[in-house]
This record gives sequence, structure tokens and C-alpha cells, in this order.
Amino acid sequence: MEIKVLGPGCPKCEQTEKHVREAIQEAGVDVTVTKVKDVMDIAKHGVFMTPAVVVDGEVKAVGKVPSKDEIKSWIQK
Amino acid sequence: MVMVQDCCTPDGNVMILACSGGSNVGQLANQAAVELTREGFGKMFCLGGIGGHLSGFVQSARDVAQLVAVDGCDVGCARAILRHSEVPLQNYLVVTDLGIEKNKDFNLKQDDLKRVKEAVRDAVVKETTKTQQGQNPIQGCSCCG
Repeated sequence: MEIKVLGPGCPKCEQTEKHVREAIQEAGVDVTVTKVKDVMDIAKHGVFMTPAVVVDGEVKAVGKVPSKDEIKSWIQK
Repeated sequence: MVMVQDCCTPDGNVMILACSGGSNVGQLANQAAVELTREGFGKMFCLGGIGGHLSGFVQSARDVAQLVAVDGCDVGCARAILRHSEVPLQNYLVVTDLGIEKNKDFNLKQDDLKRVKEAVRDAVVKETTKTQQGQNPIQGCSCCG
């Protein structure tokens, strides 16, 4: 499983990445996390604003910091 | 920590989704969206991407704080796309409801364009006023706020 955190770098983008990493650790799931900072690469995902979270190619959240519980619901099956 | 200036959507958080149909009213909706974006009122976004079920576009429309959808006529293509993708229709207007008749003349009248732009602004201002009265929370700029 792969999670991308989209954001050029700001407190909320970094908080999003932190939540993602903590959620993965708590869930005990094998996930690769990639931070996408380049605005052209971010634009390719079609998001209106950042931060944004992409799980296995599907955009799950845009413009907000998802909670750890929300992230876990995306990665636990 | 250094703030990244370009983090937030630079033109504000109002997402504008416009029909771009094959008639004067479809193109008035589209051109109004273009000009309102240039003027910094909001930001035109990709209705086609939502219609194509591309997750970035769909999720963006679902998660955005303020959205206004503009259809050219009551066929309601933009409305149908948003309903199909389960995007809440926050603010919605139809150009023909403003008394502008639909035709195939693509020489758009500036008076008509001005009326459409004003109607879009009014629609969002009304929603903003409701929000300020405590009816719905404004999320604000999610990156820098």
C-alpha cells in the first residue's frame, strides 16, 4: 500500500504527514509514505488545494488534516 | 517554522464549477467563471474531472468549504454531474433563470455576462452571511490558517 501526502510545506501539510505516519504505526500496516512537495506533481492529482492524502492512487482528503482514526479507516481492511 | 506562501489556494476557497455547454448561456456560465477567477473572487475548477470520476477532482469538490455551480440552462448538466458524484450542491444558479434567453449566438453580450457574475457573487455572499450567523462553520484556508 502507498500513501502520498501532497503539500508544498506548511504546518497543516506537516501535521497531515505526522498523522499519517502515526496512524500507520498504530495500525501496524505495511505502508509506504511519500511526501509530494512539487506543485506540478501535486497538480497532476487534480486536487483543488492542499494538504491532500492519496491512498493507492485514490484521493481521500483535500484541504484538511484528516484524523488518525480517519486514516486508519482507509488503510485497515 | 517557515510558512510557504503558495501553500493555500491563492485565489480563495470558493470553487467555481461552470457548465460550458454549446449555447450562449453555457458559454456565459463558463466566461463568468473565467473572469471571476481572474478577479480573485474564487477559482474555476474542472467539472469535467468530476464528471470523469477522477478522485482528486471529486474529493476536492466534496471537501471544499465553499462551492458555487453554474448551469447555463435547466437541462442542469453541472447539477447532474455533482449529484452523480455525491457532491453537495451548496450554491447553485442557472443562467436562464436570470431572464437570459438561450440561443446559439456565441457573441456574448457584456450586460449578460455582468449579470451572471453578479448573480454568482450574490449566491456566495448569501451563503457566507448564513455562515457568519453561525449556521454553518467556515473552514477557512486550510493550509495557512
